[in-house]
Amino acid sequence: MIEIKNLHATVDGKEILKGIDLTINPGEVHAIMGPNGSGKSTLSYVLAGRDGYEITEGSVSFCGKDLLEMEPEERAAAGLFLAFQYPVEIPGVANTTFLKSALNAIRKQRGEPELDAMQFLKLVREKTKALSMTDEMLKRAVNVGFSGGEKKRNETLQMAVLQPKFAILDETDSGLDIDALKIVAEGVNALRSPERSMLVITHYQRLLDYIVPDHVHVLAFGKIQRSGGKELALELEKNGYAEFGVNEAA
Amino acid sequence: MAATTETVEQVRAVTEQKYKYGFTTDIESDVAPKGLNEDTVRFISAKKEEPEWLLEWRLKAFRVWQEMEEPRHWAKLSYPPIDYQDAHYYAAPKMKDRPKSLDEVDPELLKTYEKLGIPLREQEILAGVEGAEGKSPAIAVDAVFDSVSVATTFKAKLEEMGIIFCSISEAVHKCPELVQKYLGSVVPYTDNFYATLNCAVFTDGSFVYIPKGVRCPMELSTYFRINQANTGQFERTLIIADEGSYVSYLEGCTAPQRDENQLHAAVVELVALDDAQIKYSTVQNWYPGNAEGVGGIYNFVTKRGACRGRNSKISWTQVETGSAITWKYPSCILQGDNSVGEFYSVAITNNFQQADTGTKMIHIGKNTRSTIVSKGISAGRAQQTYRGLVKILPKAEGARNHTQCDSLLIGDQCGAHTVPYIENRNRTARVEHEATTAKISEDQLFYCRQRGLSEEDAVSLIVNGFCKEVLKELPMEFAVEAQKLVGISLEGSVG
Ligand SMILES: Nc1ncnc2c1ncn2[C@@H]1O[C@H](COP(=O)(O)OP(=O)(O)O)[C@@H](O)[C@H]1O
Ligand SMILES: [Mg+2]
Repeated sequence: MIEIKNLHATVDGKEILKGIDLTINPGEVHAIMGPNGSGKSTLSYVLAGRDGYEITEGSVSFCGKDLLEMEPEERAAAGLFLAFQYPVEIPGVANTTFLKSALNAIRKQRGEPELDAMQFLKLVREKTKALSMTDEMLKRAVNVGFSGGEKKRNETLQMAVLQPKFAILDETDSGLDIDALKIVAEGVNALRSPERSMLVITHYQRLLDYIVPDHVHVLAFGKIQRSGGKELALELEKNGYAEFGVNEAA
Repeated sequence: MAATTETVEQVRAVTEQKYKYGFTTDIESDVAPKGLNEDTVRFISAKKEEPEWLLEWRLKAFRVWQEMEEPRHWAKLSYPPIDYQDAHYYAAPKMKDRPKSLDEVDPELLKTYEKLGIPLREQEILAGVEGAEGKSPAIAVDAVFDSVSVATTFKAKLEEMGIIFCSISEAVHKCPELVQKYLGSVVPYTDNFYATLNCAVFTDGSFVYIPKGVRCPMELSTYFRINQANTGQFERTLIIADEGSYVSYLEGCTAPQRDENQLHAAVVELVALDDAQIKYSTVQNWYPGNAEGVGGIYNFVTKRGACRGRNSKISWTQVETGSAITWKYPSCILQGDNSVGEFYSVAITNNFQQADTGTKMIHIGKNTRSTIVSKGISAGRAQQTYRGLVKILPKAEGARNHTQCDSLLIGDQCGAHTVPYIENRNRTARVEHEATTAKISEDQLFYCRQRGLSEEDAVSLIVNGFCKEVLKELPMEFAVEAQKLVGISLEGSVG
């Protein structure tokens, strides 16, 4: 699905990613854990194509294509989705309008027919219900006045509607109480399939009780320091990141 | 719906030339020689077979105008001097007589309107009634081509209800007492440089009279188009809503793409008597000039509404995306007690466009209320100024105003300026002013693009969200078109 090789990236001349190697096969769920400031969000932004990051070395191939050559919207159309750590507010734009524009923009890029209002409404209603969200949330402006938990749920809803091939979830668990966490995890698990891969970024192992990963990686100082199975998450929970030379006051 | 859908389709079909209405129509036209003097005024008046009083009024205005100075010092606009002698003041498509029905209208002309997506033909409009989910009202259209009104649809149906909707030249003959009573009663012939010029040389425009207690059952609409090269367009619109009546009026404008600048100086006067309501909506997309700032319409417009009666209400809603220069301050004179004035505006300037626009709310009567919502969007090297006056006179007990003035900047070479003037001479009055300036953030753009939207679609979506409060005030038929225009007018503004 995605193959990241020796990826180096700098922001404002400062090297943040210092040689990432990571291969994710179809159907696999990988977790990246790491202390604050280790470069987790930077990795997700670089994969999604955000401006302002300079790739100084390395390559990323996505479904056989050179990901780094593509515009962000082309990556979206190719099936890459990023659930943002900090979802962005768009005043005045109704959540449904945003989702419908996004879905149809992607369908158009893929040469698929656009959904009309009725078809879209049916789809989105179904997904909203599955995530215990209200219709009222669909009418509100995108993320405006949403609580932290509502924002994360809204990201999950977008993912459910857009049905990506490869989803990156950047700290989707932060700001969620345990009930909301379960709902979001269920939503994510419902999307797991042999054709779909996920990269779950988290600071805490708690989420991984609900979204059980196939592989866990530890990112620190811009590099993957260790990889293992799901038991690695439990070990980190117990010992913290001290082993990697990180002092955390957590 | 058919005709409206067609309009939307045309707006959507983005051609290489970004301004899609930039075609000219090949029709023989009847043109006054270039230049402006008393003879020009007499020529126009004679062409229209006007009564003596009107010619006299025009000449009075012309004499005042000659003594006036162009108001260049206060508006934040810069442009080369306009040579008022180097333009035609009258251009009419050649027709033997005034057309009696649409069938007599030059087919070339109808084709032009079709290209513009104007639902001129009644059949189309009627089709629209059926197709539009049962609630979309029909639209009656008066189309003004250069200086002359070419056709007014639905006239007969409206006449049954006592509504008069025709060109102003026709109204001069048909209901002279109404025209004489109200023409110049809101914008006097001495008002300002451009309005006074309009009084002297106005050629046509629309006239509406809604009788007592009548709710006009359909949107009334005028489309203006400048076709003739070097023609100034000076329309004059007069709308009178008698006691307890209601009317919603739409104005749309386009012009062909030309290198030279064309002058447009219209006057719109609205009069609302006791308990009457007028809703006036404009979607203005005159040719804005090219990306280098060459060509485009100079739009100097005086629009003013008088809430003469108690409990009367006038709302101005405008979406302005066109013109090289816009100078425009639709205003309300709130004379009747409890009268209400509203101004909802979206102004978009891109490339080298300049706009100095806003409103005036003059509170005279007791408990008069006004609301101003202005959304300005600047991109490219455009400069935009909101200039608004809220004036509360001593007798306006309990008057209220709320002003919300938001600017959105795209890129860092454009400018937005807010100039609010508040004059409050009554202690019981309350005036509130809020202003914000924001930029489209990198975060918002990236968020949209990550979801699959192109950068341009993202800008269009974000800007439409920013303008929502205003767009929702537009009649449904217009709102869709306006949304598309918002996107189109900002093409190429990022990246
Ligand atoms: N735009 C930026 N300019 C400068 N430094 C940045 C920028 N974005 C992130 N960084 C730095 O990059 C490092 C990694 O940040 P980030 O990827 O957000 O970490 P994480 O998501 O793992 O907490 C941090 O030291 C942060 O301060
Ligand atoms: Mg982060």
